[in-house]
Amino acid sequence: MDCGKGGNVMSLRTGKGKEDTFFDIIVAIIAIIALIVTLYPLYFIVIASISDPNAVLLGDVILLPKGINFVGYKYIFEEQKIWLGYRNTIFYTVVGTLFGVTVTLLAGYALSRKDLIGRNVIMKIMVFTMFFNGGLIPTYMVVSSLNLVNNPLVLIILGSVWVYNIIITRTFFQSTLPEEMREAAFIDGCGNLRFFISIAIPLSKAIVAVISLFYAVGHWNSYFNALIYITKKELHPLQLILRELLIQGQSLVTNMDSSEMESLIERERIAQAIKYGVIIVSTLPVIIAYPLLQKYFVKGVMIGSIKG
Amino acid sequence: MYGLQIAFKNFTPAKGYLGSDWVGFKHFNKFFNSYHFWTLLKNTLFLSIYHLIVSFPFPIFLALVLNYTPFHKLKKITQTVTYAPYFISMVVMVGMMFVFFLPTTGIVNVVIRSLGKETIDFLGDPKMFRHMYVWSGIWQSTGWSSIIYIATLASVSPELHEASIVDGANKFQRIWYIDIPSILPTAVIILILNAGRIMNVGFEKTFLMQTASNLSRSEVISTYVYKVGIMGVQYSYAAAIGLFNNVINFSVLLIVNKISNKVADSGLW
Repeated sequence: MDCGKGGNVMSLRTGKGKEDTFFDIIVAIIAIIALIVTLYPLYFIVIASISDPNAVLLGDVILLPKGINFVGYKYIFEEQKIWLGYRNTIFYTVVGTLFGVTVTLLAGYALSRKDLIGRNVIMKIMVFTMFFNGGLIPTYMVVSSLNLVNNPLVLIILGSVWVYNIIITRTFFQSTLPEEMREAAFIDGCGNLRFFISIAIPLSKAIVAVISLFYAVGHWNSYFNALIYITKKELHPLQLILRELLIQGQSLVTNMDSSEMESLIERERIAQAIKYGVIIVSTLPVIIAYPLLQKYFVKGVMIGSIKG
Repeated sequence: MYGLQIAFKNFTPAKGYLGSDWVGFKHFNKFFNSYHFWTLLKNTLFLSIYHLIVSFPFPIFLALVLNYTPFHKLKKITQTVTYAPYFISMVVMVGMMFVFFLPTTGIVNVVIRSLGKETIDFLGDPKMFRHMYVWSGIWQSTGWSSIIYIATLASVSPELHEASIVDGANKFQRIWYIDIPSILPTAVIILILNAGRIMNVGFEKTFLMQTASNLSRSEVISTYVYKVGIMGVQYSYAAAIGLFNNVINFSVLLIVNKISNKVADSGLW
């Protein structure tokens, strides 16, 4: 930020710019290396997914796709399981995010009010849960005693409200809603509910965006709760189905007509192409949304860090 | 957390929480004396300490580099791209490692073979497990973790830099004498938070990366609790192991916080 300006000032005043030019070059090179190291694996997945599987296996696909071929995608689009998972995940993400955001905003608002009785105690208890919890088994016992095993509700409720998000919401409310504003509104006959809906929320669109995004990405990417609490296949979210395909090596091809598939090797190749395609298909929503929403994510981290 | 009491009881679902018999520290003793104990503890600690130490400096380094990148465009693009892997789900992340590193079809081994070297079993070899775990984590989260340092660097008073320029300091000296000291408190807090999770090797990733052949290094306490408790239905025993894990974690957090309060005069509370 100030470095460009600083560099100019220095070379003007002292004429000692040489080592700083050298410095600039080194820094730019490191930045480019970081860029390539991060980007290349992602780029490779994209080009590999649309290349001829044989060319990929021979190591011919390095910089550009070769022998454009959508065989992987063909199998993916025909596969019911993936679309079922997609549908489930969209459902869990939308409902879970709505639930999480609602609770977080309400809790954040209440805790931002200095006149809330026991505010510090509640805060301390919540922060304590960030660092200490009963652990997997006691949580499992609670869930199962509530008859929530194999119930989609568990994926929406369990872990749906993050203390971290409540803290950043609280901090945000405290800084955007001064006490005087609330007093003025209350004198005009505004109640808590009205103040919250007509004043607090419209003034806090940024924080609503931030926490919605955190929750949505969290729901979209999570597999742990589903792994533990959902055993019914038809309720599985996308990530669990991806786990079967990508990691446990279940092949979509095996269900296909075996006369079509000449050999085991050919199957293996197509299975590999499917994996590349599946990675793309499942990550697509996040990849598309990401550049548009990046500034909100960053904002979230910043607000969180103010609290320290 | 009410359910925690089963760690001290012989829990049977028929009797319920209150009806089950108290057995004191029986389950804890069983765990400490089992031959799994030392392997699990060693695997957990090695993996997380390795991760803690190696992953700590990278975000700071990246933040400094980005802060001094001479071209604004390059800075923006590198920032956007390096944050991105953070949003890839763990399943896809580990899935990517599998497609890249599988001994037979993985592209990395295809390249290694074409260079005339021998195939490396990155995913099955127990010796590779920790490196794969830690370095893939660095690939995924360095960018995201650097945000907080970038923010801190942006808030360093420009006057400090101007004064040092007038005094003839070069950029390297400015990093060393101005930037590093100003991000130190943030770095300390992040280190404490990470140290507080020392026994919480991420279940999600370890579990996905486990293969039958790398279990000797990849079985950690959290995955063991899952296997014993959920798969093996030994609720009380698994709950005791989990509690042991959490108590250690919390104690480490308290100790590290205390030390940093004394030494660096900054801490979580």
